[in-house]
Amino acid sequence: MPGTMVPSEFIINIDQERCRRCKRCVMNCGFGAFEFKDRTIADSSKCVACHRCVVFCPEEAITIGRNPLAFRENPSWDVGLRKSIWRQAATPGMILTGMGNDLPWLNIFDHLLIDACQVTNPSIDPLREPMELRTYLGRKPDHLEVEPNGNGGFGLKNKVSNNIRLEVPIMFSGMSYGSVSLNVHRALAIAAEQLGTVMNTGEGGLHEELYPYADHIIVQCASGRFGVHSKYLNAGAAVEIKIGQGAKPGIGGHLPGEKIGLDVSGTRMIPVGTDALSPAPHHDIYSIEDLSQLIYALKEATDYKPISVKIASVHNVAAIASGIARAGADIIYLDGFRGGTGASPAVIRDHVGIPLEIAVAVVDEQLRKEGIRNLVSIIAAGGIRSSADVAKVIALGADAVGIGTAALIAMGCRVCQKCYTGNCSWGIATQKPELMGRLDPDWGAERLVNLVDSWSTELKEILGALGVNAVESLRGNRERLRTLGLDATTAEILDVKPAGR
Amino acid sequence: MAFGDQYKKWKVDDFKVSSACGLSGFISRDGHLTGGEVIIESMRVIRERGNGLGGGFAGYGIYPKHEEHYALHIMFEDANGKSRCEELLEESLEVEASEEMPTMPIPQIQAPPILWRYFAVPRREKLTAEGLSADDFMVRLVMAINTTVPGTFVFSSGKNMGVFKAVGFAEDVGEFFRIPDYSAYTWIGHGRFPTNTPGWWGGAHPFNILDWAVVHNGEISSYGINKRYLEMFGYHCTLLTDTEVMAYLFDLLVRKQGLPLPIACKILAAPFWKSIDEDDDPAEKELLESLRMTYGSALVNGPFAVIVGYSRGMVGLNDRVKLRPLVAATKDELLYVSSEESAIRQICPRPDRVWAPPAGQPVIGELKGDV
Repeated sequence: MPGTMVPSEFIINIDQERCRRCKRCVMNCGFGAFEFKDRTIADSSKCVACHRCVVFCPEEAITIGRNPLAFRENPSWDVGLRKSIWRQAATPGMILTGMGNDLPWLNIFDHLLIDACQVTNPSIDPLREPMELRTYLGRKPDHLEVEPNGNGGFGLKNKVSNNIRLEVPIMFSGMSYGSVSLNVHRALAIAAEQLGTVMNTGEGGLHEELYPYADHIIVQCASGRFGVHSKYLNAGAAVEIKIGQGAKPGIGGHLPGEKIGLDVSGTRMIPVGTDALSPAPHHDIYSIEDLSQLIYALKEATDYKPISVKIASVHNVAAIASGIARAGADIIYLDGFRGGTGASPAVIRDHVGIPLEIAVAVVDEQLRKEGIRNLVSIIAAGGIRSSADVAKVIALGADAVGIGTAALIAMGCRVCQKCYTGNCSWGIATQKPELMGRLDPDWGAERLVNLVDSWSTELKEILGALGVNAVESLRGNRERLRTLGLDATTAEILDVKPAGR
Repeated sequence: MAFGDQYKKWKVDDFKVSSACGLSGFISRDGHLTGGEVIIESMRVIRERGNGLGGGFAGYGIYPKHEEHYALHIMFEDANGKSRCEELLEESLEVEASEEMPTMPIPQIQAPPILWRYFAVPRREKLTAEGLSADDFMVRLVMAINTTVPGTFVFSSGKNMGVFKAVGFAEDVGEFFRIPDYSAYTWIGHGRFPTNTPGWWGGAHPFNILDWAVVHNGEISSYGINKRYLEMFGYHCTLLTDTEVMAYLFDLLVRKQGLPLPIACKILAAPFWKSIDEDDDPAEKELLESLRMTYGSALVNGPFAVIVGYSRGMVGLNDRVKLRPLVAATKDELLYVSSEESAIRQICPRPDRVWAPPAGQPVIGELKGDV
């Protein structure tokens, strides 16, 4: 019997007339789908539709098609489900996958519309007027006190604690060194510095080479404590305690041993080739008071840098976030159920958690009800696909967004979802030296800067149309959103009126 | 539409009203009292900036005999609301005097509600029991009446000052409320041009809480977040007008948090980051940066010109890019602020100085120290 009995998902077609037999496809495919005998031969069963061969074939001789093989239709027995069962019947184990949830759940962003000004309040032209996106992340006092300074002006009596200043309300989400290549981290760091924003290390530590970018890096401390030491904790602008991740709420990070070579092992402080499996919970955090202790321990260790706590959006997220704010966190990073991952069991990625839009709305509302919204900044991540999503989630209540998948796509990622294999043909989610070298950090950084600059320009255009000239006037301003085609209960939870009201 | 119908509509619908308007105001810094006919005269010139769907006035120093008492001006849809409201007042306040508001019925002003005024102070035992200051107690009481007593609306609640407003052109409203019979050291007037709703008596300007009176021309594009920010501090925007937000923000920042008025203005019309970044004085830079970091949700974004009255002064303020007109002038001890220079020259033909205040720069006039 042939292996898993699962038919190929894609079919590779090589136009042998056009093929010059240059073998670039053979060299470029990270998954070994091409072979050269007397001519180029393709093994479609290995194809993940990552398009590396298509992009690099000088003759445009390669096309990738969907396998037209018909399955007897049965909506309850979706073909994907049948394939999973065949695979699991062949080899016991969880189906692993990469990137964000790919099931067709309702996407709330696509049911939200943004307002604009007409006549009574004029729109503002961002080409001719200042338009401000600067954002500060961290704790703010609930009021300031001033006193006369003797020169007819006023001086501050109470100071605002340490905050991270972002020139754009967009940062790069945590993607660990190990799950992505060092060149990806290099590109993110360079771009973050140029943009005046921050990258997040993810849970795999920070390569020493990147320590000079400290002001533009949030260092993460996750349950595996990979690469966590005092120098590392002080190598960033803030520290993030990762409790959970949108792609896999309730379980720890998984990095297969295949991706742990010498450099990754050195940075993570684990042996070469071992699977890096983070425990599901932090073994020193079994309650909110334990979290509070870690928050203050990290503050003490870093001379009171802002401490972020990253959680997956789960059903009771509002109450959890309130606890985190009261436990002393300065930033709450909410990761939605569409958030990406380098490796996750598909069953968790696809079925656990709640949408980011709802999480942001209920957390913002809960913190306001309790009068403690100023204690924390909210970062929304996990499924931010465009500047429109950025504007919408800020209007729902987020201070800033994190982008992961979008950043990878900017650097060539085709969302083939095979990150966990380490074979990434684009040199992104791999540690193989021959693949890693494909991503030039400067090229990657330039693409990232272009993307964020483009989104910023679009965001300014949206703000101008809304008649405001600072992003803080959009933040939490749900009055400027309307729903279309969204059920009444969800709209009520979002506190957004339907279009027409 | 009758007063009551409008009122119900406002209480039921979550419906924001925007409006454009004409405003005018002046203060005698030496405390000299001026008759109300002067502000009516000023408003008459800018009649065209309103559309007859709302006009009003605020005068400071009009009730010297009752200066220790909160002067509550209340409108009632019917006698039921009045008796329910009076029960509440009796329970909470020591009412020194109460009377029907003096009016002069004229054809231009249609379907007036019952208009009554009360001079009162909170019952001492209530304050002790609640642990509240008299001002905080009054704010809570006003909000309770406005949100829970049907067809009842407190439209003025300060001391030695009063707000008068109605559906109509400003000068007609002035005649109806017999404004020339009052004398004040600060007068503020407003003619309204609501764009998306028929006028309603309570929706006219000035908007008032305690001794704050706000007249406003503009639409606050940041309304949604300003409102939610205020809710964190217990203010409930029941009227859903931009102007209400403005009044509560001043009350929160200046009265409750004790910030000086010029600082509050820097919060509402924040300087741009560019100018903060270029500030050579590190202390000033840190102050402005901290203000924007802390009070981003109180930034009032969108076109506005406001005149805000308070017991000791008056301030005129524009939004940070000056999207609505505002002109100021001085003559001896008088400071004038208006939407149009014509409205000032009508009552002060030869001012010492006339200028257009730059975007976001407040014009503040206060009573002199010994007044």
